Amino acid sequence: MTDLLSKFDALIAQREELLSTGMTDPFNLVMERVESPTVAICNGKRTILLGTYNYMGMTFDPDVIAAGKQALDEYGSGTTGSRVLNGTYAGHKACEEALKTFYAMDHAMVFATGYQANLGIISTLAGKDDYIILDIDSHASIYDGCALGNANIVPFRHNDVEALEKRLKRVPEGAGKLVVLEGVYSMLGDVAPLKEMVAVAKAAGAMVLVDEAHSMGFIGENGRGVAEAQGVIDDVDFIIGTFSKSVGTVGGFCVSNHPKFEILRLVCRPYVFTASLPPSVVATAATSILKLMQGADKRAHLWDNSRKLHAGLKALGFQLGTETPQSAIIAVIMPNLEQGAAMWEALLHEGLYVNLARPPATPANMTLLRCSLCAEHSADQVDQILKMFEAAGRATHIIS
Amino acid sequence: MTTRSETDARVKALIEPFNKKGIAVVDDTRFAQDLEWDSLTVLDFVATVEDEFDILITMNQQAEIENVGQLVAAVAEMGA
Repeated sequence: MTDLLSKFDALIAQREELLSTGMTDPFNLVMERVESPTVAICNGKRTILLGTYNYMGMTFDPDVIAAGKQALDEYGSGTTGSRVLNGTYAGHKACEEALKTFYAMDHAMVFATGYQANLGIISTLAGKDDYIILDIDSHASIYDGCALGNANIVPFRHNDVEALEKRLKRVPEGAGKLVVLEGVYSMLGDVAPLKEMVAVAKAAGAMVLVDEAHSMGFIGENGRGVAEAQGVIDDVDFIIGTFSKSVGTVGGFCVSNHPKFEILRLVCRPYVFTASLPPSVVATAATSILKLMQGADKRAHLWDNSRKLHAGLKALGFQLGTETPQSAIIAVIMPNLEQGAAMWEALLHEGLYVNLARPPATPANMTLLRCSLCAEHSADQVDQILKMFEAAGRATHIIS
Repeated sequence: MTTRSETDARVKALIEPFNKKGIAVVDDTRFAQDLEWDSLTVLDFVATVEDEFDILITMNQQAEIENVGQLVAAVAEMGA
């Protein structure tokens, strides 16, 4: 018998080797208690959270919590059904209305997760003879959506406008074209040149989908994302987003002004063939989304945090993923996986949680310590974070 | 229209800058196993071939191409 799991032997061996040194498993951390958007108890130790994507700190917002409790009381713990059968409650419609208001768009469709939103929309839009032209560093959910739809997949070099343009010109005449981009790329925290890319895509007659998962709530004048910030949101056909970052719960969505958008509810398999979100989740999401519209002060503080951490880490001598702070993600580049894991553990001992990101999730086979800031991090906490990085960096000889 | 042997020569010339091990490249040479290219090298190389012949080699097609001979055949078939 062929053991179907033997294909993972190399990974199992690599993990065993790393963990045999007595190191804490970076992918098995348990948060025993969560005090706030920025603090949790991990291994009995009070830990500052700097790897949660909880950009706007909405998870403990009193209005959000109250809305969730009320929905739990009034509608129960779950819908036990698909959106197209028994799974659409008043709360699901209210949540879609909140998204339409937030983005000033005609249509909104809510999915169980951001992953499923990409999976569903991309696979339904682009089928067998269509072409998807996408950035090589696209998120796994985008690649999986491409695979599910059986489209022809054409990747181009990360953020390279000319490479995109060249490939668009080579697509056979008459074929359907979908260009898939992200506003903020989550591994390095860098922003896409959407202004140029959307123009090039439109000139070639392609439809454009932008995943704004890591920009919603704080990039752009109204927090609608990078496409808004760069003035091209009206030329974007579909925006994909998530509730599990700035919105502070779980779920995913697509918003669009396309006049035929509503038909997708009947033909999109990852929307139809799964249960809808629980009433409490859509209630918290709707409340949070509407509150994010008034978040100008929080947005400003989040940017202050991002600039301060970026400048501080740079001054300490760490190598960062971007020259300047472009988003709320700051990626610290580690020399290799072993030192990255050691640094990750040293930070945890200091009382700081960041994400350890490793190949194949990372571009260029890099090992990264990915930091995501929160609008609820105080200036004091950012100072403490920098002290912890300094101590851990020296202990592991990553900085001198 | 170029001949198959011309396409073959042009593809092999494009491989050389990526042939870090300096192995002899023949039709049976495999990209992953013999040239030991990782996914990033493959991306760079595919982009080079695409630009040289002004074609698209989709990821779907790339999945079917394991060795140099298969690549030359695919490029030739695309009318390059």
